[in-house]
Amino acid sequence: MEFFLEVLIGGLLSGVMYALVALGFVLIYKASGVFNFAQGAMVYLAALSVVGIMEWGAPLWLAVILAFAIMTAFGIATEKFVLRKLVNQPPIALFMATIGLTFFIEGLAPMIFGSDPRALDIGIVDEPIPWILDNWNMVISKFDLIAAGVAAVLVTVLALFFQYTRIGRALRAVADDHQAALSIGIPLQHIWAIVWGVAGFVALVAGMMWGARNGVQFALTFTALKALPVLILGGFTSVPGAIVGGLIIGASEKLAEIYIPPVMQDLFGGNFGGIEGWFPYVLALLFLLVRPEGLFGERHIDRV
Amino acid sequence: MKKVFKPAVAAAAVSLAMLSQAAYSAEQFFPIPSYRVGAYGANGQAFYGGFIDYLNYVNMKDKGVNGVTLTWEECETEYNNAKGVECYERMKGKAAQSAGPIHTMSTGISYALIDKSAQDKLPLAMMGYGRTDAVDGSVFPYAFPLVTTYQMQASAIVKFVKDKLGGNLAGKKIVYLYHDSAYGKEAIVALNAEASLNKFELVQIPVAHPGNEQGAQWLKIRQEKPDFVIFWGWGVMNQTALKAAQKVGYPRDKMIGSWWTGSEEDVVPAGEAAKGYMAATWNVAGKQVPVIADIEKVVYGAGKGNLQDKAKIGTVLYNRGVSAAVLSVEAIRKGQDKYGKGKSLNGEQMRWALENLDITEARLKALGATNLLPEIKTSCANHEGSGKVKIQQWDGAKWVPVSDWIEGNKGLIHPLFQASAKQYAKEKGITPRDCSKEK
Repeated sequence: MEFFLEVLIGGLLSGVMYALVALGFVLIYKASGVFNFAQGAMVYLAALSVVGIMEWGAPLWLAVILAFAIMTAFGIATEKFVLRKLVNQPPIALFMATIGLTFFIEGLAPMIFGSDPRALDIGIVDEPIPWILDNWNMVISKFDLIAAGVAAVLVTVLALFFQYTRIGRALRAVADDHQAALSIGIPLQHIWAIVWGVAGFVALVAGMMWGARNGVQFALTFTALKALPVLILGGFTSVPGAIVGGLIIGASEKLAEIYIPPVMQDLFGGNFGGIEGWFPYVLALLFLLVRPEGLFGERHIDRV
Repeated sequence: MKKVFKPAVAAAAVSLAMLSQAAYSAEQFFPIPSYRVGAYGANGQAFYGGFIDYLNYVNMKDKGVNGVTLTWEECETEYNNAKGVECYERMKGKAAQSAGPIHTMSTGISYALIDKSAQDKLPLAMMGYGRTDAVDGSVFPYAFPLVTTYQMQASAIVKFVKDKLGGNLAGKKIVYLYHDSAYGKEAIVALNAEASLNKFELVQIPVAHPGNEQGAQWLKIRQEKPDFVIFWGWGVMNQTALKAAQKVGYPRDKMIGSWWTGSEEDVVPAGEAAKGYMAATWNVAGKQVPVIADIEKVVYGAGKGNLQDKAKIGTVLYNRGVSAAVLSVEAIRKGQDKYGKGKSLNGEQMRWALENLDITEARLKALGATNLLPEIKTSCANHEGSGKVKIQQWDGAKWVPVSDWIEGNKGLIHPLFQASAKQYAKEKGITPRDCSKEK
């Protein structure tokens, strides 16, 4: 039971890390109705900017501010040079544009800041909390707990922003229908620039947490792979859904990795480990059959 | 006067023609399908930087090999199998006349090229990677898993662990944490054989690609309480494992990785979590090796270095690139001894040379490469030629060798290669060469 709880809590905390990446996808999707394929690359760009600027001699706080400026400038440039021409185009056109953006970032970022994997020290050591280890013999990481706190704050702020601010309401209007939003005077360009800037900020937070955990390197782009099943489960349009989806995926994949392989091994022989790469996708697919819009996603109804 | 002048002009014309012919043919071309961008670009930059720097060094210091200039062409593969094949197809025409061994630094690309290169008679070098049963040259005449293989490496690591645990592994528990891919699975057969022989328990724990999340695996390791963890990672999986080991409180000095987990690129991003961690290597790091220091002086001193970032000189992967080039150049020397000094070698001649390497300690010393890599002696039956590794430990700033060269259990491992090669020959309808007739 103790071990089960340890795996469960570890999984939930890992799920929060997935949710941090998923949040960026949700923001863009809410504002433009498009799946931003470049979100993983944005996480990489943001983290690489921080370590790259620090290598030029800046302290961490300044590097973070400058990286945020880079991500904001990137958001504005994306709106101006990529998205503006695609207003009212089918979502697939926007999606294809974000694929192009991915390759652009993956090539440009290492060209500027170098491609060597680097450490990012944000002052939090990824070690077990001694008090919990001594009293309950359970490994709970201080780093993971802080990451969970960061995610909680981020989700709360974003949820309030979408729900209660003029820009938030405008964002939702734009997501529903670009043309209708334009017709009532919502400045689409500004809204898209803002949302890409906010998505850049979320990417920066995710990039710093993942970068501090595993090092800043090209593989940060792979974090997007962990976010996809989270989105399917939580819904593409829900900020709290990203968190709940992350928790479910994190916990279930860890429990599956521990408890399913031994059963399969007893039944069929061989080694069935390493399933956490595909297990979340199977879970998400099964979920799609029951609830295609996700747990918190908006149900889409077309009138004939 | 006319009588003297005419033959002199004719002789001069013939000499000039011969000279120009010699100048034209006195090149040894290296097709280099390299990778410097993409997910594993940092690894490729250091390796191929070292490789090309050494070729340049030989050209600059010795004017090539017996006057034969070393030339090369790079083609970016991005560590992608399809692009690797494309690069090979693009360069093989040029390699038809003179061909150095092809180094792909990728097991996947090596697998994709192994049949093609044999058909085209172009030798494929797979130093520390690739299809390891190609050790049996009777079945794989053009493939060379030189120096050592995954299986011999695993066996050598077990030998080191045995020594660390007091010379007896009976009743001990070793976890094998591996990248769930062909690369990760290569060592299992050797570890199983070692487990049977040494009576230790082997717990296999796979990690799904890319390995940037290992929470469950390390909680399992914590539960298993192994005496040692043997670790076969790649890319981001390496730093994640070190960080995750720290998270569950597993001592890093009880972890030994393969040589793809033992470069600076693998440990620096993990910061303090990597301190004390050990890894196998078939080449040592550092600038204390005379040839490495001399490359910096001669090649970079002349502003002809291949790397923009000079900090990579002397790193594990840079020195590995130099080691690969040292073996390739020594093969050219060997080939020229047989086929004519000052002449370039074609693929078939290079194959013979690679199969008859004999690089002794004395030769390594003459090259300024003492302790950079182990002695190597290849043959038709043994395309590996050494089977030795060192264990190195990360002290937080640099890799420090903590063992001498350790040879894997050849008697246990090589029969596994032969059995696998025999099976391959059967599947492909290959009639193995009779190695006793090869000279």
